[in-house]
Amino acid sequence: MSNMTDQAPLLEIKGLEKKFDLDRGFLETLKLRGGKIRRETRAVHAVNGVSLDVHKGEAVCVVGESGCGKSTVARLVAGLLTPTRGEIHYEGNRIDHLGRQAMRPLRKKIQMIFQNPYASLNPRMTILQSLEEPVRHHNPGFSATEVSERVIDVMRSVGVDPAWAKRYPHEFSGGQRQRIAIARALTVDPEFIVADEPISALDVSIQAQVLNLMLEAKESRGLTYLFITHDLSVVEHFGTRVVVLYLGSICEVSDTETLFRNPKHPYTKALLSAVPQLKDDRPNHIRLKGEIPTPINLPKGCPFKSRCAFADKRCDEEQPKALQQPDGSLVACHAVEEDRMTAQV
Amino acid sequence: MSLLSVRDLNVKFAMRDETVTALNGISFDLAKGERLGIVGESGAGKSITGFALMNLLSRPGFIDSGEILFDGQDVVTMNNKQLREIRGNRIAMIFQDPMVTLNPVLTIGQQMVETLRAHRKVSHEEARQIAVVKLREVYIPSPEERLDQYPHELSGGMRQRIIIAIALLLDPQLIIADEPTTALDVTIQADIMELMLELCQSNQVGLILITHDLGVVSQMTERTLVMYAGRIIESGRTRSIINDPQHPYTQGLINALPQQTQPGERLRQIPGNMPTLAQIPSGCAFNPRCEFATDTCRSQIPKISQYGEVEVACHEVHRLQLETQLEDQEA
Repeated sequence: MSNMTDQAPLLEIKGLEKKFDLDRGFLETLKLRGGKIRRETRAVHAVNGVSLDVHKGEAVCVVGESGCGKSTVARLVAGLLTPTRGEIHYEGNRIDHLGRQAMRPLRKKIQMIFQNPYASLNPRMTILQSLEEPVRHHNPGFSATEVSERVIDVMRSVGVDPAWAKRYPHEFSGGQRQRIAIARALTVDPEFIVADEPISALDVSIQAQVLNLMLEAKESRGLTYLFITHDLSVVEHFGTRVVVLYLGSICEVSDTETLFRNPKHPYTKALLSAVPQLKDDRPNHIRLKGEIPTPINLPKGCPFKSRCAFADKRCDEEQPKALQQPDGSLVACHAVEEDRMTAQV
Repeated sequence: MSLLSVRDLNVKFAMRDETVTALNGISFDLAKGERLGIVGESGAGKSITGFALMNLLSRPGFIDSGEILFDGQDVVTMNNKQLREIRGNRIAMIFQDPMVTLNPVLTIGQQMVETLRAHRKVSHEEARQIAVVKLREVYIPSPEERLDQYPHELSGGMRQRIIIAIALLLDPQLIIADEPTTALDVTIQADIMELMLELCQSNQVGLILITHDLGVVSQMTERTLVMYAGRIIESGRTRSIINDPQHPYTQGLINALPQQTQPGERLRQIPGNMPTLAQIPSGCAFNPRCEFATDTCRSQIPKISQYGEVEVACHEVHRLQLETQLEDQEA
């Protein structure tokens, strides 16, 4: 870790916030309350004050349950959404709120891989066309042979036979399609890959193939990943650092080994205990009461308080800040800060 | 006598130009109150097996031959009236997506009452009371209010609990659950699994759990069938299969899991893909992806037979065992 903190982070996220308005237009905001018409806006608070540094060569995994805002973080970083508040810096330059033109050189550096490869490949283009398009777009000076050489190179490196280049996406299996989607991201020689659940839709044996491919690309091309997933066993294998999100807020940031050896936040503990173990006869998971509240008009206090066994008055009132722990991890929890959890157990 | 006994079940799909075989010689037994897992990747035929057990296959799929004896009666030869008597009543089914199973325009109460009154002579009021009891059994808070809510008003975990409550309404002897927790978050999945396990154990209900997740099978079931390209390739006690798999495919499946490799190292992947039904390789269907394949494997279909603690369909299983022993000795 120490050698990483010396250099400036590749990606820096500061106080990132994203709200999605639920009301379409002024009329929908009008509500009848106690005989009076009042204006009330409703918004989904998808991401609330997320700060994070990603250094070159890292594979930072963002985990959390559905609706915790992990995909929104990915889309914000890839520049597909604009944040409501907060800043994103890449190589020291601010990149949120950039216009289309100003964003173009960055899109070459930051590429995204999505969950469903069928949705990210145009069904009416052969995979050759799909793969050549970004190369041509980002390298206008390339000749036709240079373009096709680059494409064939990348296809080989992801294990897709270049002889299949004239086929259409539907002629491939799910795993092959995801490799093609990865190839498409790699054709423009990116530095930073944002991968949103890239292997969740694939079978176990195919997951291993795609994960290996992503690890190889990391080694050979020196890629940096922001990897969004809900699968903790993948995180343990792939990630160098883990960010645990709950309702759009960070619970815990820690390097992977520390997180799995010694999770601190009560939510992280519950999450880790819930993963079905292969060789453990007696599952001993921490049961969370209730379910994830909706992120519409969040209440004040700790977002996790409604399901937490350690919540007290302070958790009701005040949102915990992410504090540095002795082993280097960041944990946002009053109970951890006050050392209440060890006292009760 | 076993509760369910499947003998040499063959299921085919009549496509436009050919008939493909989706299930090939499936045989297994399930004792009363036993929990059985069926694992495999997409296209292995595990969901088709689930549908076939209830005789729910619709065109172009059909049961070509074989017997499915439930409590001694053959489901395959039953007429619609007899099937109605069994479906939902004595065998219940739970699917992956609760939103597809629940009717979006009926309240939870209406759906539960309807199910009850279709099979039992009870009044509307009595049916509602039974429904409340069942909802409480699956830990749904304030069940009386839930009865008047519509499915879209509830969260995914809550909906899946309601599906389980509906499945339990008529005290079935067998529940077939097809990927019941795949669409749920891990914390909710753990809750639902614990709940299903508890309900099956306390009511002596048999369970057939169809899933791709070996972790789920390992925690929920006593016995496991591993399927590949429409055949059972390995079966036995879940513990034995997880701890000491014999078939190269089962071994590959377990070894491919990220937790089986040191972090950051290359995962042990299985090369290639599952074949499509129309293009199943001759001989052992797994032979193109298998590192131990011989000429025999490429020409003859292996029969399933007892080997050690499990039953396995592999020509080379003896050699496999020897080689792993040698490796262990070297190490």
